[in-house]
Amino acid sequence: MGVTIDPMSGAAPLPPGPEQDAVLRRVTGELHDKGFVIASVDKLVNWARTGSMWPMTFGLACCAIEMMHAYVSRYDLDRFGVVPRPSPRQSDVIIVAGTLTNKMAPAFRKVYDQMAEPRYVISMGSCANGGGYYHYSYAVVRGCDRVVPVDIYVPGCPPTAEALIYGILQLQKKIQRTGRLFR
Amino acid sequence: MAMNLDLQDLGDYIQDGLGADVERVDEQGGELTLHVRRDAILTVLKFLRDDANCKFKLLLDVCGVDYPEQAERFEVVYHLLSMPHNQRVRVKLRTDEDTPVPSSVKLFSAANWWERETWDLYGIYFSDHPDLRRILTDYGFEGHPLRKDFPLTGYVEVRYDDEQKRVVYEPVKLVQDFRSFDFVSPWEGVQALLPGDEKAERDDTEKGEKS
Repeated sequence: MGVTIDPMSGAAPLPPGPEQDAVLRRVTGELHDKGFVIASVDKLVNWARTGSMWPMTFGLACCAIEMMHAYVSRYDLDRFGVVPRPSPRQSDVIIVAGTLTNKMAPAFRKVYDQMAEPRYVISMGSCANGGGYYHYSYAVVRGCDRVVPVDIYVPGCPPTAEALIYGILQLQKKIQRTGRLFR
Repeated sequence: MAMNLDLQDLGDYIQDGLGADVERVDEQGGELTLHVRRDAILTVLKFLRDDANCKFKLLLDVCGVDYPEQAERFEVVYHLLSMPHNQRVRVKLRTDEDTPVPSSVKLFSAANWWERETWDLYGIYFSDHPDLRRILTDYGFEGHPLRKDFPLTGYVEVRYDDEQKRVVYEPVKLVQDFRSFDFVSPWEGVQALLPGDEKAERDDTEKGEKS
């Protein structure tokens, strides 16, 4: 029987200090003694999934600019493990950034279907949330949730890059709260 | 050698060169507008493109305007730019839903997509166009959206149907109707002369004397 510790309890990481040192010492001590650490599989899997969420960037309109702002150096998303992938096959979250038009809707659904489970959707900006500025137009889908199931809505027109990062962090919390190994 | 004619002279020159094809020449706000006969549009554009004093070699835009109360409800507007003379001109012609307009693709190849857009959004038919089909609207879209009798929200909307596993079109159901707000601008009622700015008018007259 080894000491079962759960360093992931309390979803926020510990800041540097005596508590962090204590946790680290226990983990390395146990590894040293026993050669293994017991952790809950779900929590481990969630940690892996949230630590490296690769979005398929679906930049449709002006929100794509703010998404780019979130990726580059000031609000770097790479430090969260979020690297943009061009292909839906290689990604596990899709960020719908911009107005979804009627013409684009079947293509968008096809791209969503090509993603492998577990997959998540972040709807960015008011056009993707509910039609937005073009809600009353003849050629616009009033919210991308008419086409795909959405996990996180990020409001704004456009949402600031910081707001998008907040939305991605919210998605991480949602995954840690509700994620399982087999969805 | 090409001269740099000013706008009124240019208008007169074009009218002399084209005669009866140009019905009216308007010059307003520093912009020259020619109203031409529909059947003569190719002659007019060719003259504007090739004549040494005109040289309007760039076609910038072909668009439509809808005046539903008039018999010839559509107006097709061409914008041309002359780089050697640094001059712009607008050419307008009237047509209705059933009368085709000669296509200017052979003169300006840029007109290809412009005329497709005008056909797609207004329904103005261009004869002799090599490939007149929709360019902006959705693939099975019915109707010409920029006509004044086409409603803002259209007739169909889109959602994904789980049973059919595809995107389906359904009649439009709006959760909240379109509301038109009449905002009174905070700049209305601002006087040009603010209190404390009594020198403004005096400065203007002084500048007028200097220049």
